[in-house]
Amino acid sequence: MQKTVKFLILLTFLFLIIVFYLSLGKDNSYNTENLIGKKIELIYFESFDNNDTLNTLDFKKNNLTLINFWASWCGPCRVEHPILMKLSSEKNLKLVGVNFKDNKQQAKTFLGDLGNPYDFLAKDSNGKQSINFGIYGIPESILINNELKIIKKFIGPLNKEDYKTILAYVK
Amino acid sequence: MKIKIFFITFLLISNLCFAMNDVVDQNQIHKNLRCLVCQGQSISDSNSDFAQTIKLVVKDLIAQGKSEDEIYSFMAEKYGEWIVYKPQLNSQNLILWIFPYITLIVGGYVIFYLVRKKTKKV
Repeated sequence: MQKTVKFLILLTFLFLIIVFYLSLGKDNSYNTENLIGKKIELIYFESFDNNDTLNTLDFKKNNLTLINFWASWCGPCRVEHPILMKLSSEKNLKLVGVNFKDNKQQAKTFLGDLGNPYDFLAKDSNGKQSINFGIYGIPESILINNELKIIKKFIGPLNKEDYKTILAYVK
Repeated sequence: MKIKIFFITFLLISNLCFAMNDVVDQNQIHKNLRCLVCQGQSISDSNSDFAQTIKLVVKDLIAQGKSEDEIYSFMAEKYGEWIVYKPQLNSQNLILWIFPYITLIVGGYVIFYLVRKKTKKV
């Protein structure tokens, strides 16, 4: 019996060492990469400046759609805006901008100053829509296909590398 | 003896009644959801923009009649398992769930064996 007890104690220590080894070696920085490939079941956006809406069926009409969450109060959104302006010339890509928890007038000024790259401009006044897309900070952009599957998530401002990545999908 | 049986039955029934209670506790859900943009805070503890939005969505989901588990599944689907403090049982964390029970059974057996051995010696 003493042998069994010793064996069990040894086994417990071994188990703990394995658990610590695996856990400490794991990257704990949070990201939403695991959402790539997942399907968004329901999409519904209200237009920023009129009563139009954009729903799941509208997204199915486009081969690729880039949904960009932005706000006028967000500094990095200003940084990524030239990339969005360049992307707006791509015919195979629809750009949907979602104005996130923003002041309407300031958002209009932002687009007036820097240009409006969006095919459809939606609003998310209370941020609830952002949860549907796994957003936890802005700017964030999500590239989806006509099956509403997430192809790529861009957390933070879009940069030149992201631009190339998006172009590779579009062309 | 009858009183003991009555109390045990009463406790079991009252527990069962609590288990059958379908009222979803919003605060409990907030406590069990991690604020992803905060340092070690739950949605309940945080006043961040993200936490405020999650609270609104949880309120909406409860109004839609979703159960606590359905709300956790929804959040885990959108943000991954990391958002839920209490992990759901799956193949990856099976050992985490069953290890305490195994320890309890094996430990109980060892203690029982040692006590019996000592008693025999005496």
